[in-house]
Amino acid sequence: MRCLMMEKTIKLISEDGRRVDGRRLDEIRPLTLKIGFLKNADGSAYVELGRTKIVAAVFGPRELHPKHLALPDRAILRCRYHMAPFSVDVRKSPAPSRREIELSKVIREALEPALFLELYPRTSIDVFVEVLEADGSTRCASIIAASLALADAGIPMKDLVAAIAVGKVEGRLVLDVMDIEDKYGEADMPFAMMPSKKVVTLLQMDGHFTEEEFKQAFELAVKGCEQVYAKQKQALREYYAPSLAEVSSIKEG
Amino acid sequence: MTIFFTPKQVVAPGDLLAEGDYQAGENVYRDGKRLYASAIGLAELKNKAVSVVSLRGRYMPKQGDLVIGNVIDVSLTSWLVDINAPYNAVLFASEFLSKPINPAKEDIRKHLDVGEMIVAKILAFDRTKDPALTAKGRGLGKIKKGIVLEVDVTRIPRIIGRKGSMINMLKKETGCQITIGQNGRIWIRGKTPEDEAIAANAIKKIEREAHISGLTDRVRAYILQMRSKS
Repeated sequence: MRCLMMEKTIKLISEDGRRVDGRRLDEIRPLTLKIGFLKNADGSAYVELGRTKIVAAVFGPRELHPKHLALPDRAILRCRYHMAPFSVDVRKSPAPSRREIELSKVIREALEPALFLELYPRTSIDVFVEVLEADGSTRCASIIAASLALADAGIPMKDLVAAIAVGKVEGRLVLDVMDIEDKYGEADMPFAMMPSKKVVTLLQMDGHFTEEEFKQAFELAVKGCEQVYAKQKQALREYYAPSLAEVSSIKEG
Repeated sequence: MTIFFTPKQVVAPGDLLAEGDYQAGENVYRDGKRLYASAIGLAELKNKAVSVVSLRGRYMPKQGDLVIGNVIDVSLTSWLVDINAPYNAVLFASEFLSKPINPAKEDIRKHLDVGEMIVAKILAFDRTKDPALTAKGRGLGKIKKGIVLEVDVTRIPRIIGRKGSMINMLKKETGCQITIGQNGRIWIRGKTPEDEAIAANAIKKIEREAHISGLTDRVRAYILQMRSKS
């Protein structure tokens, strides 16, 4: 579904409380997660959140170049968020934009609290996030993908990081904002947390919420993250379960 | 005092493993009274210590490990060696050459140059400094023939097998000598390149099918079949 022209009067929420893609207000888009998507990376994951499609690749911990960036007591985490030129309707220049540089920083800061960086001093852990198709909530989907890729690389972490956005559309709160709702809605709040630690690692907001709305939005985001988190865990277990027999047979020896 | 997993259960980072008076082992961390997994792997409990056997990860150098390294740089009195770890290792000339050398007169490059591979042991490593190697001793030194292949580090125990059953079978059936580096590199040398190729393919088969039971017998059958062809 591609929207060429948009009337200001279009209804984003129908009378029976359905959104333009038929979702309920507190429903997330179909979420597909694939682990070990790339052969070349130490860890990788592919995420589809509705029409948003993202690949994350993790390298490291590895020797850091340039060397002067190395920290004596811990590893550094480097993130690159990048949108493919074909990921949006109008070609996006492949050069890093201001927005991409900011999102790289925001994603890095959302992941950093989850990692035991002090285990690998003087090294770097590199996360590359490539947006193949963008339909809103790309930073949330990037965090979902990156945290799975980090786990796939075997990098010790406190918890997986789950993320989801909450928005305000036509005066009502909606979970998992897509592009059209972000553009024509009143507010958008990307949110990431470590659910089993109950720690919020990303909270941004664009637009306006009243205090009461913010409280509700926060609750809704936590609920959304828990759904995402359950799927992340399930994807990891399904991918790794076949290795079970291997290690158990060695341990018996 | 509660345990929240069944033995050998696959756990993911953030999974609650235990609560109360337990010790946090490998890939497990403590937060207050609770113990959580910090990596993907299999949970186990041994003498009140909860640990997770990791299914993925990089090689972390440990003192005394046998490793296979690739020389990537030469300085006046030492070599810089890639050992497939987060840190490059250093091999001092005195830990490789039998005689002391005078760097003003002699270029150590003629003994060992960039691109050559060595079998070495880790002398010391503590994360604040790069690991130091020694290539002096039985079975250590420059690799002059044969092939070296790289496998996933977590598969190394499977390639060795229970009390060395897998590796002994490989050596016997292929007639090759095989050296396994703890850093996921394996050095094979046989009488003919064909023998080496059979051994390398058998090891790749083990890496691929590590989780399917009856592996030793299947690999033996595979080697016999390949040998009868050649």
